[in-house]
Amino acid sequence: MMSEPRKIPAPRPNVENQRFFDAAARGILLIGQCDACGRPHYYPRALCPFCMAETRWVESAGKGEIHSLSTMRRGAGAPYTLAYVTLDEGPAVLTNIATDDPDSLHIGQRVAVTFTPSDGGPPVPMFAPA
Amino acid sequence: MTIRNKAYIAGAFEHPTRLAPDKSTPQLHAECAAGVLADAGLSLQDVDGYFCAGDAPGFGGMSMIDYLGLKVRHTDSTETGGSSYILHVSHAAQAIAAGHCSVALITLAGRPRSEPFTRGRPGAPEEAFESWAGGTTHNSYGMCAARHMYEHGTTSEQLAWIKVAASTHAQYNPHAMLRDVVTVEDVLNSPMISDPLHRLDCCVVSDGGGALLVVAPEVAKSLKRPLVAVRGAGEAVKGPRGGMNLDLTTSAAAVSGPAAFAEAGCAPTDMKYASIYDSFTITVLIQLEDLGFCRKGEGGRFVADGNLISGTGKLPFNTDGGGLCNNHPMNRGGITKVIEAVRQLRGEAHPAVQVPNCDLAVATGIGGSLGVRHGAATLVLERQ
Repeated sequence: MMSEPRKIPAPRPNVENQRFFDAAARGILLIGQCDACGRPHYYPRALCPFCMAETRWVESAGKGEIHSLSTMRRGAGAPYTLAYVTLDEGPAVLTNIATDDPDSLHIGQRVAVTFTPSDGGPPVPMFAPA
Repeated sequence: MTIRNKAYIAGAFEHPTRLAPDKSTPQLHAECAAGVLADAGLSLQDVDGYFCAGDAPGFGGMSMIDYLGLKVRHTDSTETGGSSYILHVSHAAQAIAAGHCSVALITLAGRPRSEPFTRGRPGAPEEAFESWAGGTTHNSYGMCAARHMYEHGTTSEQLAWIKVAASTHAQYNPHAMLRDVVTVEDVLNSPMISDPLHRLDCCVVSDGGGALLVVAPEVAKSLKRPLVAVRGAGEAVKGPRGGMNLDLTTSAAAVSGPAAFAEAGCAPTDMKYASIYDSFTITVLIQLEDLGFCRKGEGGRFVADGNLISGTGKLPFNTDGGGLCNNHPMNRGGITKVIEAVRQLRGEAHPAVQVPNCDLAVATGIGGSLGVRHGAATLVLERQ
Protein backbone atom coordinates (compact mmCIF):
# COMPACT_ATOMS: atom_id res chain seq x y z
CA MET A 1 0.00 0.00 0.00
CA MET A 2 2.85 2.39 0.81
CA SER A 3 3.65 4.45 -2.30
CA GLU A 4 6.47 6.91 -2.82
CA PRO A 5 6.49 9.60 -0.12
CA ARG A 6 4.32 12.52 -1.13
CA LYS A 7 6.12 15.35 -2.89
CA ILE A 8 5.10 18.57 -1.19
CA PRO A 9 4.17 21.10 -3.89
CA ALA A 10 6.08 24.35 -3.50
CA PRO A 11 3.88 27.07 -1.99
CA ARG A 12 3.61 30.13 -4.20
CA PRO A 13 3.84 33.16 -1.91
CA ASN A 14 2.55 36.57 -3.00
CA VAL A 15 3.75 39.99 -1.94
CA GLU A 16 1.39 39.95 1.03
CA ASN A 17 2.53 36.64 2.52
CA GLN A 18 6.17 36.30 1.39
CA ARG A 19 7.30 37.17 4.93
CA PHE A 20 5.47 34.11 6.30
CA PHE A 21 7.62 31.87 4.13
CA ASP A 22 10.80 33.86 4.85
CA ALA A 23 10.13 33.19 8.54
CA ALA A 24 9.32 29.52 7.80
CA ALA A 25 12.77 29.18 6.22
CA ARG A 26 14.19 30.26 9.61
CA GLY A 27 11.98 27.75 11.47
CA ILE A 28 9.48 30.34 12.69
CA LEU A 29 5.67 30.02 12.43
CA LEU A 30 3.93 33.38 12.07
CA ILE A 31 0.28 34.04 12.87
CA GLY A 32 -1.75 37.21 12.51
CA GLN A 33 -2.38 39.37 15.56
CA CYS A 34 -4.71 42.36 15.67
CA ASP A 35 -3.93 45.08 18.21
CA ALA A 36 -7.26 46.82 17.55
CA CYS A 37 -9.57 43.91 18.53
CA GLY A 38 -6.98 41.79 20.27
CA ARG A 39 -7.70 38.61 18.32
CA PRO A 40 -5.19 36.32 16.59
CA HIS A 41 -5.91 34.56 13.29
CA TYR A 42 -4.47 32.07 10.81
CA TYR A 43 -3.65 32.14 7.95
CA PRO A 44 -2.16 35.60 8.54
CA ARG A 45 -3.31 38.46 6.31
CA ALA A 46 -2.77 42.19 6.00
CA LEU A 47 -6.12 43.24 7.48
CA CYS A 48 -7.81 41.57 10.45
CA PRO A 49 -10.71 39.27 9.41
CA PHE A 50 -12.63 40.36 12.53
CA CYS A 51 -12.30 44.16 12.39
CA MET A 52 -10.29 45.06 9.24
CA ALA A 53 -7.55 46.85 11.17
CA GLU A 54 -3.96 46.38 10.01
CA THR A 55 -2.37 43.36 11.67
CA ARG A 56 1.00 42.45 13.13
CA TRP A 57 2.44 39.05 12.24
CA VAL A 58 3.79 37.47 15.40
CA GLU A 59 5.70 34.34 16.28
CA SER A 60 3.63 31.34 17.42
CA ALA A 61 5.10 28.88 19.91
CA GLY A 62 4.10 26.26 17.31
CA LYS A 63 2.34 23.97 19.79
CA GLY A 64 -1.25 22.78 19.83
CA GLU A 65 -3.57 19.82 19.54
CA ILE A 66 -5.23 17.91 16.73
CA HIS A 67 -8.81 19.16 16.21
CA SER A 68 -9.57 16.65 13.47
CA LEU A 69 -7.72 14.54 10.94
CA SER A 70 -8.17 12.25 7.95
CA THR A 71 -5.52 9.95 6.54
CA MET A 72 -5.68 9.56 2.76
CA ARG A 73 -5.29 5.87 1.93
CA ARG A 74 -5.41 5.90 -1.86
CA GLY A 75 -3.64 7.64 -4.71
CA ALA A 76 -0.23 9.23 -5.17
CA GLY A 77 1.68 9.92 -1.98
CA ALA A 78 -0.70 7.97 0.27
CA PRO A 79 -0.82 7.57 3.14
CA TYR A 80 -0.66 11.14 4.36
CA THR A 81 -2.68 12.87 7.04
CA LEU A 82 -4.60 16.11 6.57
CA ALA A 83 -5.46 17.77 9.87
CA TYR A 84 -6.60 20.87 11.63
CA VAL A 85 -4.32 21.73 14.53
CA THR A 86 -5.62 24.24 17.07
CA LEU A 87 -2.66 26.33 18.22
CA ASP A 88 -2.35 27.18 21.90
CA GLU A 89 -2.73 30.83 20.83
CA GLY A 90 -6.23 30.00 19.48
CA PRO A 91 -6.31 29.78 15.68
CA ALA A 92 -6.73 26.48 13.84
CA VAL A 93 -4.20 25.62 11.12
CA LEU A 94 -4.92 23.39 8.12
CA THR A 95 -1.82 21.21 7.88
CA ASN A 96 -0.39 17.70 7.66
CA ILE A 97 0.71 15.52 10.54
CA ALA A 98 4.21 14.19 9.84
CA THR A 99 4.40 10.61 11.12
CA ASP A 100 5.33 7.10 10.08
CA ASP A 101 2.39 5.75 12.09
CA PRO A 102 -0.82 7.53 11.05
CA ASP A 103 -2.97 4.90 12.78
CA SER A 104 -1.65 6.06 16.16
CA LEU A 105 -2.91 9.63 15.70
CA HIS A 106 -6.04 10.86 17.44
CA ILE A 107 -8.14 13.95 18.02
CA GLY A 108 -6.92 15.89 21.05
CA GLN A 109 -3.32 14.71 20.63
CA ARG A 110 -0.57 17.25 21.40
CA VAL A 111 1.59 18.21 18.42
CA ALA A 112 4.36 20.70 17.59
CA VAL A 113 5.31 22.41 14.36
CA THR A 114 7.96 20.82 12.17
CA PHE A 115 9.03 22.63 9.03
CA THR A 116 9.19 20.25 6.08
CA PRO A 117 10.97 20.85 2.76
CA SER A 118 8.77 21.43 -0.27
CA ASP A 119 9.58 20.52 -3.86
CA GLY A 120 11.72 23.47 -4.89
CA GLY A 121 10.09 26.08 -2.64
CA PRO A 122 10.15 27.28 0.96
CA PRO A 123 9.52 24.80 3.81
CA VAL A 124 5.95 24.28 5.00
CA PRO A 125 4.61 24.09 8.57
CA MET A 126 3.60 20.50 9.28
CA PHE A 127 3.05 19.22 12.80
CA ALA A 128 4.32 16.09 14.56
CA PRO A 129 3.34 14.37 17.81
CA ALA A 130 4.96 16.30 20.68
CA MET B 1 -40.09 41.44 -0.20
CA THR B 2 -40.27 37.70 -0.63
CA ILE B 3 -39.86 35.33 -3.55
CA ARG B 4 -42.66 33.13 -2.24
CA ASN B 5 -44.91 32.20 -5.17
CA LYS B 6 -43.16 34.76 -7.40
CA ALA B 7 -41.54 32.08 -9.57
CA TYR B 8 -42.12 28.50 -10.69
CA ILE B 9 -39.85 25.72 -11.90
CA ALA B 10 -41.39 24.93 -15.27
CA GLY B 11 -38.64 22.74 -16.65
CA ALA B 12 -36.24 20.17 -15.21
CA PHE B 13 -33.94 18.02 -17.31
CA GLU B 14 -31.18 15.57 -16.39
CA HIS B 15 -28.91 14.52 -19.25
CA PRO B 16 -29.10 10.71 -19.55
CA THR B 17 -25.38 10.29 -20.22
CA ARG B 18 -22.90 9.38 -17.52
CA LEU B 19 -19.92 9.00 -19.89
CA ALA B 20 -19.48 11.40 -22.80
CA PRO B 21 -16.09 10.96 -24.50
CA ASP B 22 -17.50 12.14 -27.84
CA LYS B 23 -19.24 15.34 -26.75
CA SER B 24 -17.76 18.71 -25.75
CA THR B 25 -18.73 20.39 -22.50
CA PRO B 26 -20.48 23.30 -24.31
CA GLN B 27 -22.36 20.69 -26.35
CA LEU B 28 -23.58 19.02 -23.17
CA HIS B 29 -24.76 22.42 -21.88
CA ALA B 30 -26.65 22.92 -25.15
CA GLU B 31 -28.22 19.45 -25.03
CA CYS B 32 -29.36 20.14 -21.47
CA ALA B 33 -30.82 23.49 -22.55
CA ALA B 34 -32.68 21.82 -25.42
CA GLY B 35 -33.91 19.10 -23.09
CA VAL B 36 -35.27 21.47 -20.47
CA LEU B 37 -37.02 23.66 -23.06
CA ALA B 38 -38.73 20.56 -24.46
CA ASP B 39 -39.71 19.49 -20.95
CA ALA B 40 -41.39 22.82 -20.28
CA GLY B 41 -42.82 23.33 -23.76
CA LEU B 42 -40.87 26.55 -24.32
CA SER B 43 -38.45 27.62 -27.06
CA LEU B 44 -35.03 29.22 -27.22
CA GLN B 45 -36.62 32.57 -28.05
CA ASP B 46 -38.58 32.52 -24.79
CA VAL B 47 -35.43 32.57 -22.64
CA ASP B 48 -34.54 36.03 -21.33
CA GLY B 49 -32.33 35.12 -18.37
CA TYR B 50 -29.29 32.81 -18.12
CA PHE B 51 -27.55 31.39 -15.08
CA CYS B 52 -24.34 29.35 -14.96
CA ALA B 53 -21.48 28.63 -12.56
CA GLY B 54 -17.82 27.70 -12.77
CA ASP B 55 -18.41 24.60 -14.90
CA ALA B 56 -19.52 26.77 -17.85
CA PRO B 57 -16.52 27.09 -20.18
CA GLY B 58 -15.37 30.55 -21.13
CA PHE B 59 -15.80 34.02 -19.74
CA GLY B 60 -18.62 34.00 -17.20
CA GLY B 61 -21.91 33.54 -18.97
CA MET B 62 -20.87 35.48 -22.03
CA SER B 63 -19.32 32.59 -23.96
CA MET B 64 -22.25 30.29 -23.25
CA ILE B 65 -24.93 32.92 -23.97
CA ASP B 66 -23.34 33.46 -27.38
CA TYR B 67 -22.77 29.73 -28.03
CA LEU B 68 -26.36 28.84 -27.09
CA GLY B 69 -27.76 31.68 -29.18
CA LEU B 70 -29.54 33.34 -26.28
CA LYS B 71 -30.74 36.93 -26.09
CA VAL B 72 -31.05 37.77 -22.41
CA ARG B 73 -31.74 40.81 -20.29
CA HIS B 74 -30.48 39.23 -17.06
CA THR B 75 -27.50 36.98 -16.26
CA ASP B 76 -25.83 35.68 -13.12
CA SER B 77 -22.81 33.41 -12.73
CA THR B 78 -22.64 33.13 -8.95
CA GLU B 79 -20.20 30.37 -8.04
CA THR B 80 -20.72 28.31 -4.89
CA GLY B 81 -19.47 24.99 -6.26
CA GLY B 82 -21.99 22.18 -6.45
CA SER B 83 -24.63 24.19 -4.58
CA SER B 84 -24.61 26.94 -7.24
CA TYR B 85 -27.64 25.69 -9.18
CA ILE B 86 -29.86 25.51 -6.10
CA LEU B 87 -28.82 29.08 -5.34
CA HIS B 88 -29.43 30.05 -8.98
CA VAL B 89 -33.09 29.05 -8.63
CA SER B 90 -33.36 31.51 -5.76
CA HIS B 91 -31.53 34.26 -7.64
CA ALA B 92 -33.68 33.62 -10.71
CA ALA B 93 -36.81 33.92 -8.58
CA GLN B 94 -35.49 37.23 -7.21
CA ALA B 95 -34.82 38.51 -10.73
CA ILE B 96 -38.27 37.42 -11.89
CA ALA B 97 -39.93 39.01 -8.85
CA ALA B 98 -38.10 42.26 -9.68
CA GLY B 99 -39.23 42.08 -13.30
CA HIS B 100 -35.74 41.59 -14.74
CA CYS B 101 -36.58 38.39 -16.64
CA SER B 102 -39.47 35.96 -17.02
CA VAL B 103 -37.85 32.74 -18.30
CA ALA B 104 -34.53 31.95 -16.65
CA LEU B 105 -32.40 29.09 -17.95
CA ILE B 106 -29.88 27.39 -15.62
CA THR B 107 -27.38 24.90 -17.07
CA LEU B 108 -24.67 22.65 -15.67
CA ALA B 109 -22.45 20.23 -17.58
CA GLY B 110 -19.01 18.69 -17.51
CA ARG B 111 -16.85 15.68 -18.31
CA PRO B 112 -14.70 14.77 -15.30
CA ARG B 113 -14.57 11.11 -16.47
CA SER B 114 -13.46 11.99 -20.00
CA GLU B 115 -10.98 14.82 -19.51
CA PRO B 116 -8.59 15.87 -16.74
CA PHE B 117 -10.37 17.56 -13.87
CA THR B 118 -8.43 20.36 -12.19
CA ARG B 119 -9.12 21.56 -8.72
CA GLY B 120 -7.55 24.57 -7.07
CA ARG B 121 -7.94 28.28 -7.51
CA PRO B 122 -4.70 30.02 -8.49
CA GLY B 123 -4.37 33.31 -6.66
CA ALA B 124 -6.84 32.45 -3.90
CA PRO B 125 -5.79 34.18 -0.66
CA GLU B 126 -5.42 30.83 1.10
CA GLU B 127 -3.47 29.21 -1.73
CA ALA B 128 0.10 29.53 -0.41
CA PHE B 129 -0.95 28.36 3.06
CA GLU B 130 -3.08 25.38 2.07
CA SER B 131 -2.42 24.11 -1.46
CA TRP B 132 0.65 22.12 -0.38
CA ALA B 133 -1.30 20.18 2.25
CA GLY B 134 -2.93 17.74 -0.17
CA GLY B 135 -6.50 18.69 0.70
CA THR B 136 -9.11 16.99 -1.48
CA THR B 137 -12.82 16.68 -1.00
CA HIS B 138 -12.27 13.17 0.42
CA ASN B 139 -10.00 14.15 3.30
CA SER B 140 -11.73 17.49 3.91
CA TYR B 141 -15.09 15.76 4.36
CA GLY B 142 -13.24 12.96 6.15
CA MET B 143 -12.15 15.44 8.82
CA CYS B 144 -15.78 16.49 9.29
CA ALA B 145 -16.85 12.87 9.69
CA ALA B 146 -14.02 12.16 12.14
CA ARG B 147 -14.94 15.17 14.25
CA HIS B 148 -18.67 14.27 14.17
CA MET B 149 -17.79 10.78 15.40
CA TYR B 150 -15.59 12.28 18.15
CA GLU B 151 -18.17 14.79 19.35
CA HIS B 152 -21.37 12.77 18.92
CA GLY B 153 -20.45 9.10 18.77
CA THR B 154 -21.62 8.80 15.17
CA THR B 155 -20.60 5.47 13.62
CA SER B 156 -19.53 4.23 10.20
CA GLU B 157 -22.54 1.89 10.31
CA GLN B 158 -24.88 4.87 10.64
CA LEU B 159 -23.21 6.69 7.74
CA ALA B 160 -23.49 3.51 5.68
CA TRP B 161 -27.29 3.58 6.04
CA ILE B 162 -27.31 6.72 3.88
CA LYS B 163 -25.66 4.81 1.04
CA VAL B 164 -27.98 1.84 1.58
CA ALA B 165 -31.01 4.12 1.18
CA ALA B 166 -29.58 5.76 -1.96
CA SER B 167 -28.81 2.37 -3.52
CA THR B 168 -32.27 1.08 -2.67
CA HIS B 169 -33.67 3.95 -4.76
CA ALA B 170 -31.07 3.72 -7.56
CA GLN B 171 -32.12 0.17 -8.50
CA TYR B 172 -35.19 1.71 -10.17
CA ASN B 173 -33.29 4.36 -12.15
CA PRO B 174 -32.17 2.98 -15.53
CA HIS B 175 -29.70 5.86 -15.96
CA ALA B 176 -28.03 5.43 -12.54
CA MET B 177 -24.31 4.64 -12.62
CA LEU B 178 -24.62 2.22 -9.68
CA ARG B 179 -27.85 0.19 -9.57
CA ASP B 180 -26.88 -2.61 -7.20
CA VAL B 181 -28.52 -2.47 -3.78
CA VAL B 182 -25.82 -2.53 -1.12
CA THR B 183 -25.81 -3.40 2.57
CA VAL B 184 -24.21 -1.70 5.55
CA GLU B 185 -21.57 -4.43 5.48
CA ASP B 186 -20.83 -3.73 1.80
CA VAL B 187 -20.09 -0.11 2.68
CA LEU B 188 -17.89 -1.01 5.65
CA ASN B 189 -16.02 -3.63 3.62
CA SER B 190 -15.30 -1.29 0.72
CA PRO B 191 -11.75 0.14 0.62
CA MET B 192 -10.93 3.01 2.94
CA ILE B 193 -10.38 6.15 0.86
CA SER B 194 -9.67 8.74 3.55
CA ASP B 195 -10.51 7.92 7.17
CA PRO B 196 -13.27 7.36 8.09
CA LEU B 197 -14.84 7.48 4.61
CA HIS B 198 -14.94 4.26 2.58
CA ARG B 199 -15.28 4.08 -1.18
CA LEU B 200 -19.04 3.53 -0.84
CA ASP B 201 -19.32 6.64 1.36
CA CYS B 202 -18.27 8.65 -1.72
CA CYS B 203 -20.38 9.80 -4.66
CA VAL B 204 -19.84 8.71 -8.24
CA VAL B 205 -17.80 10.66 -10.79
CA SER B 206 -19.88 11.20 -13.92
CA ASP B 207 -19.94 13.11 -17.17
CA GLY B 208 -23.22 14.79 -17.96
CA GLY B 209 -25.29 17.71 -16.83
CA GLY B 210 -28.70 19.15 -16.24
CA ALA B 211 -30.82 22.22 -16.70
CA LEU B 212 -33.71 24.06 -15.06
CA LEU B 213 -36.18 26.69 -16.19
CA VAL B 214 -37.45 29.15 -13.60
CA VAL B 215 -40.34 31.21 -14.92
CA ALA B 216 -42.78 33.93 -13.94
CA PRO B 217 -46.22 32.82 -12.64
CA GLU B 218 -48.06 33.86 -15.80
CA VAL B 219 -45.62 31.83 -17.93
CA ALA B 220 -45.96 28.78 -15.67
CA LYS B 221 -49.74 28.94 -15.80
CA SER B 222 -49.71 29.11 -19.62
CA LEU B 223 -47.86 25.78 -19.87
CA LYS B 224 -49.18 22.23 -19.71
CA ARG B 225 -46.94 21.18 -16.84
CA PRO B 226 -47.74 20.74 -13.15
CA LEU B 227 -47.12 23.92 -11.14
CA VAL B 228 -44.05 23.73 -8.92
CA ALA B 229 -43.66 26.97 -6.98
CA VAL B 230 -40.53 28.33 -5.34
CA ARG B 231 -41.87 28.86 -1.85
CA GLY B 232 -38.73 29.77 0.08
CA ALA B 233 -34.96 29.93 -0.30
CA GLY B 234 -31.82 30.52 1.69
CA GLU B 235 -28.09 30.70 1.07
CA ALA B 236 -24.89 31.11 3.06
CA VAL B 237 -21.10 30.82 2.77
CA LYS B 238 -18.93 29.60 5.62
CA GLY B 239 -15.23 29.15 6.26
CA PRO B 240 -12.81 28.84 9.17
CA ARG B 241 -12.59 32.68 9.29
CA GLY B 242 -9.08 33.16 10.51
CA GLY B 243 -9.07 29.74 12.15
CA MET B 244 -11.12 31.16 15.04
CA ASN B 245 -14.54 29.98 13.86
CA LEU B 246 -13.72 26.42 12.90
CA ASP B 247 -16.72 24.15 13.36
CA LEU B 248 -16.44 21.01 11.27
CA THR B 249 -19.77 19.53 12.34
CA THR B 250 -22.02 22.44 11.36
CA SER B 251 -22.41 23.60 7.77
CA ALA B 252 -23.65 26.79 6.16
CA ALA B 253 -26.96 24.91 5.74
CA ALA B 254 -27.60 25.84 9.39
CA VAL B 255 -28.18 29.33 7.96
CA SER B 256 -29.63 28.56 4.51
CA GLY B 257 -32.06 25.90 5.77
CA PRO B 258 -33.84 27.89 8.49
CA ALA B 259 -33.95 30.91 6.16
CA ALA B 260 -35.66 28.85 3.47
CA PHE B 261 -38.18 27.36 5.89
CA ALA B 262 -38.91 30.80 7.38
CA GLU B 263 -39.59 32.30 3.97
CA ALA B 264 -41.75 29.32 3.04
CA GLY B 265 -43.67 29.55 6.30
CA CYS B 266 -43.29 25.85 7.01
CA ALA B 267 -41.18 23.43 9.02
CA PRO B 268 -38.96 20.44 8.25
CA THR B 269 -41.73 18.18 9.55
CA ASP B 270 -43.98 19.45 6.72
CA MET B 271 -41.63 18.08 4.04
CA LYS B 272 -42.88 15.00 2.18
CA TYR B 273 -39.56 14.54 0.35
CA ALA B 274 -35.98 15.81 0.71
CA SER B 275 -33.20 16.13 -1.87
CA ILE B 276 -30.05 16.34 0.24
CA TYR B 277 -26.73 16.86 -1.55
CA ASP B 278 -24.74 13.67 -1.06
CA SER B 279 -21.17 14.22 -2.19
CA PHE B 280 -20.38 11.92 0.74
CA THR B 281 -22.56 10.21 3.30
CA ILE B 282 -21.41 12.65 6.00
CA THR B 283 -22.63 15.57 3.84
CA VAL B 284 -26.19 14.26 4.15
CA LEU B 285 -25.99 13.63 7.88
CA ILE B 286 -24.71 17.12 8.72
CA GLN B 287 -27.27 18.85 6.48
CA LEU B 288 -30.16 16.86 8.00
CA GLU B 289 -29.12 18.18 11.41
CA ASP B 290 -28.53 21.72 10.15
CA LEU B 291 -31.93 21.87 8.43
CA GLY B 292 -33.59 20.79 11.66
CA PHE B 293 -34.79 17.30 10.72
CA CYS B 294 -33.12 16.23 13.96
CA ARG B 295 -30.97 17.86 16.61
CA LYS B 296 -27.22 18.34 16.21
CA GLY B 297 -25.52 15.06 17.01
CA GLU B 298 -28.61 12.92 16.38
CA GLY B 299 -28.10 12.54 12.63
CA GLY B 300 -26.61 9.08 13.00
CA ARG B 301 -29.66 7.74 14.78
CA PHE B 302 -31.95 9.61 12.35
CA VAL B 303 -30.55 7.97 9.21
CA ALA B 304 -30.15 4.46 10.64
CA ASP B 305 -32.41 1.51 9.90
CA GLY B 306 -33.65 2.76 6.56
CA ASN B 307 -35.28 5.98 7.71
CA LEU B 308 -34.39 7.68 4.40
CA ILE B 309 -35.87 4.93 2.19
CA SER B 310 -39.00 5.87 0.26
CA GLY B 311 -42.02 3.85 1.31
CA THR B 312 -40.63 2.65 4.64
CA GLY B 313 -38.66 5.51 6.18
CA LYS B 314 -39.98 8.74 7.67
CA LEU B 315 -38.03 11.00 5.28
CA PRO B 316 -37.70 9.75 1.69
CA PHE B 317 -34.52 11.27 0.24
CA ASN B 318 -32.71 11.28 -3.11
CA THR B 319 -35.11 8.91 -4.80
CA ASP B 320 -33.09 9.03 -8.05
CA GLY B 321 -30.18 7.37 -6.23
CA GLY B 322 -28.50 10.72 -5.60
CA GLY B 323 -24.87 11.51 -6.14
CA LEU B 324 -23.96 8.39 -4.21
CA CYS B 325 -25.42 6.08 -6.88
CA ASN B 326 -27.03 7.93 -9.77
CA ASN B 327 -25.16 10.98 -11.02
CA HIS B 328 -22.77 13.72 -9.92
CA PRO B 329 -22.13 15.54 -13.18
CA MET B 330 -18.95 17.65 -13.26
CA ASN B 331 -18.45 16.77 -9.58
CA ARG B 332 -21.34 19.14 -8.83
CA GLY B 333 -24.58 17.71 -7.51
CA GLY B 334 -26.85 20.67 -6.87
CA ILE B 335 -28.86 20.61 -10.05
CA THR B 336 -29.80 16.93 -9.80
CA LYS B 337 -31.14 17.66 -6.32
CA VAL B 338 -33.61 20.19 -7.73
CA ILE B 339 -34.47 17.95 -10.69
CA GLU B 340 -35.50 14.97 -8.54
CA ALA B 341 -37.47 17.24 -6.19
CA VAL B 342 -39.38 18.55 -9.21
CA ARG B 343 -40.03 14.98 -10.40
CA GLN B 344 -41.44 14.10 -6.98
CA LEU B 345 -43.66 17.19 -6.84
CA ARG B 346 -44.95 16.51 -10.35
CA GLY B 347 -45.59 12.87 -9.51
CA GLU B 348 -43.07 11.86 -12.19
CA ALA B 349 -40.59 9.94 -10.04
CA HIS B 350 -40.31 6.18 -10.59
CA PRO B 351 -43.51 4.56 -9.22
CA ALA B 352 -41.46 2.42 -6.85
CA VAL B 353 -40.08 5.51 -5.11
CA GLN B 354 -42.76 8.15 -5.79
CA VAL B 355 -43.94 9.71 -2.53
CA PRO B 356 -47.78 9.71 -2.45
CA ASN B 357 -49.35 13.19 -2.49
CA CYS B 358 -45.97 14.88 -2.56
CA ASP B 359 -46.84 18.56 -2.29
CA LEU B 360 -43.91 19.99 -0.30
CA ALA B 361 -40.24 19.21 -0.79
CA VAL B 362 -36.86 20.60 0.16
CA ALA B 363 -33.72 20.62 -1.97
CA THR B 364 -30.47 21.55 -0.26
CA GLY B 365 -26.81 21.42 -1.14
CA ILE B 366 -23.24 22.12 -0.10
CA GLY B 367 -20.60 23.31 -2.57
CA GLY B 368 -16.87 23.65 -2.16
CA SER B 369 -15.27 21.75 0.71
CA LEU B 370 -17.33 21.25 3.83
CA GLY B 371 -14.26 21.12 6.06
CA VAL B 372 -12.63 24.22 4.64
CA ARG B 373 -14.78 26.85 2.91
CA HIS B 374 -18.14 26.09 1.37
CA GLY B 375 -21.46 27.47 0.24
CA ALA B 376 -24.93 26.17 1.03
CA ALA B 377 -28.26 26.77 -0.64
CA THR B 378 -31.72 25.51 0.29
CA LEU B 379 -35.03 25.63 -1.58
CA VAL B 380 -38.52 24.81 -0.38
CA LEU B 381 -40.70 23.86 -3.35
CA GLU B 382 -44.46 23.37 -3.46
CA ARG B 383 -46.81 21.61 -5.84
CA GLN B 384 -49.81 23.85 -6.43
